[in-house]
Amino acid sequence: MFWATACAMPPTPTIDRHTAMTEKNLLTVKNLKTLFVMDEGTSTAVDGVSFTVDQGQVVGIVGESGCGKSVTIKSILRIIQKPGQVVGGEILFRQAGGKNGADGEVIDLAKLDGRGKEMRAIRGNQITLIPQEPMAALSPVHTIGNQLIEAVRLHMDVSKVQAAEIAIKRMAEVGMPNPEERMELYSWELSGGLRQRVMIAMALLCNPRLLIADEPTTAIDVTTQAQVLSLLRDLQENHDLAIIFITHDLGVIAQVADDVVVMYLGRVMESGPVDDIFHNPLHPYTKALLASIPSVHGTTRGPLPAIEGAIPHPFNRPTGCPFHPRCASHIPGTCDRRTPVLVAKNDRQSVSCFLQNDAAEED
Amino acid sequence: MLYYIVKRLLILPFLLFVFSVIAFLLIQAPPGDFVTSYVAELAASGSSMDQIQIEALRQLYGLDQPVYVQYFKWITRLLQGDLGISLDFQKPIADLIGQRLLLTVILGLATFFFTFAIALPIGIISATRQYSFFDYFFTVFNYIGVATPTFMTALILMWLAFTELGITITGLFSPEYADQPWSFGRVVDLGKHIWLPMVILGLDGTARLARILRANLLDELNKPYMEMARAKGLSEWRLVLKYPVRLAINPLVSSLGWYLPLIFSGSLIVATVLNLPTIGPLLLRSLIGQDMFLAGAIVLSYFGLAVIGTLISDILLAWLDPRIRMEEASK
Ligand SMILES: Nc1ncnc2c1ncn2[C@@H]1O[C@H](COP(=O)(O)OP(=O)(O)OP(=O)(O)O)[C@@H](O)[C@H]1O
Ligand SMILES: [Mg+2]
Repeated sequence: MFWATACAMPPTPTIDRHTAMTEKNLLTVKNLKTLFVMDEGTSTAVDGVSFTVDQGQVVGIVGESGCGKSVTIKSILRIIQKPGQVVGGEILFRQAGGKNGADGEVIDLAKLDGRGKEMRAIRGNQITLIPQEPMAALSPVHTIGNQLIEAVRLHMDVSKVQAAEIAIKRMAEVGMPNPEERMELYSWELSGGLRQRVMIAMALLCNPRLLIADEPTTAIDVTTQAQVLSLLRDLQENHDLAIIFITHDLGVIAQVADDVVVMYLGRVMESGPVDDIFHNPLHPYTKALLASIPSVHGTTRGPLPAIEGAIPHPFNRPTGCPFHPRCASHIPGTCDRRTPVLVAKNDRQSVSCFLQNDAAEED
Repeated sequence: MLYYIVKRLLILPFLLFVFSVIAFLLIQAPPGDFVTSYVAELAASGSSMDQIQIEALRQLYGLDQPVYVQYFKWITRLLQGDLGISLDFQKPIADLIGQRLLLTVILGLATFFFTFAIALPIGIISATRQYSFFDYFFTVFNYIGVATPTFMTALILMWLAFTELGITITGLFSPEYADQPWSFGRVVDLGKHIWLPMVILGLDGTARLARILRANLLDELNKPYMEMARAKGLSEWRLVLKYPVRLAINPLVSSLGWYLPLIFSGSLIVATVLNLPTIGPLLLRSLIGQDMFLAGAIVLSYFGLAVIGTLISDILLAWLDPRIRMEEASK
């Protein structure tokens, strides 16, 4: 019953002419582009990323460190700070707020002011974040309770006491022992696993439609990782929550995700349902990533078959396909000259590779 | 928290003991004893003292006894509120410094609040608008503030006020209130005069604190909790004031430990230049005139103010930062 409590809705301008977005799509990101313009050069951290998250679906984003996963989701949340800037693309989000729990209108988050009222009313309310560094994401001089209550009262018109009740309920729900007492504590008085639960509780406070988890399990030990993953899966099933789950661990993706988006140097290489991606990878990069997973059943204990070559520096991205310098099967004269675009290969998988189709960016 | 404060209070007597020894050694430093100097001073001014009175004084100060007995006699009288007699002024020291000590504390606190009131917004704006016009402007302002000796600022402002406005800005009171007992009119008069010494004394500290705050804040602004606070939907100003500023202020508060004593004692030259009725100019005069009991009493009151300043900063810090409270409690 508790989940029925809806957060206060902001008045938002409607952009409903995007007929491409179907009823079941919650978030559609199209050609998102985010730059960091610095004296040393311009880093194209996100270079035309497109993907879709359906209602109640878990989408995993994978890729090596520095490929732009965090920048992508920070762009969606519109919390990119200078010298970064979202310079192009659309972030279509289907809001809550329709009558009788029906969906509200679709809004393009890319057109909003990142610091403005409308965006802030969505952020932390309908779209929430479990940050990459849960250890440092809480203020050390404010109590857990203080920070949870703040998060509730930003979006719900309730008293401090009511907000505290909501926070305690959520903490209990995410498996926090003695939540009342924990409200009085500071983050550094909790273990890593419990801190992570505080972050999850905080992300769920206002009953969001979309939860973004940025590598929520990398900073904690393996046992706690497993608990956090199963907790997220339960929450997702029980509350019909959509989750974007970021990781560079394909094993984790296999456990939690419905769909996978494979990123490399700020671009999407391949996307599709998790089974297809794992059993029928189309892009050489996806294949290389899969090959680098240590096999549990493997008899030899040799070194991991890491992908050959280093990730290029973001200031001097290769021309053509960003992966071609490391790609064993690249086509000379094509892959190093033209940039492939993401196109649907079949009704499930999309891929950005000249080995699969010939679609290229015009320039 | 209570435990923490009690612990701080318990070391106070020890600190004061150490400082009183230092002050006493200072009194003992010049050659010859106090009574001989006193008699010589009297002789120079034409009056004299008979042998019995001189003996009584020697007895009082224990001059024929070992140094530790002399210290003991001095500290006992001190604790009873008897600071001794000033050689130079021929007056009880307590009467001489009482009023001046009060004005020193008032001026010190006024300077302190002025400093923070100005340094906080400058530091916050410079950090949140890094490399903006404001930031560059205040950077230059801060360098000037730190680099110009305070007495120089005082001289320049005095000169400007005199040549441009035709007024002399010295002292803390108008002549008609200078030697009057406290009254409402005198407080108002103090308010009219205190701002200039306050600004002059505070400029240097303002520049320093603003720079420290800017640097601390720039560190804090990149911390992951900022991103989390933004992701909650908090507005930029509210989140800056609630989280990073709160954290960046802690090092400032711990700097109070040295800053407060510095305001109290650092005013010596400025107070002399501006002819302020604080204890600074009196210390200078007593040292020049080898009026050692007066000098000792003033140095001891500086120590006292320093100890109180540190105590206030410690308590404030523990109140602001739960990590410090916890650390102390776990010891
Ligand atoms: N604040 C910033 N200033 C400049 N460049 C940045 C900044 N943040 C990110 N970038 C650039 O964006 C690129 C992508 O960074 P991002 O944090 O999104 O990587 P990631 O995929 O999340 O990696 P990881 O797995 O290590 O978290 C980086 O290579 C970096 O060059
Ligand atoms: Mg990241």
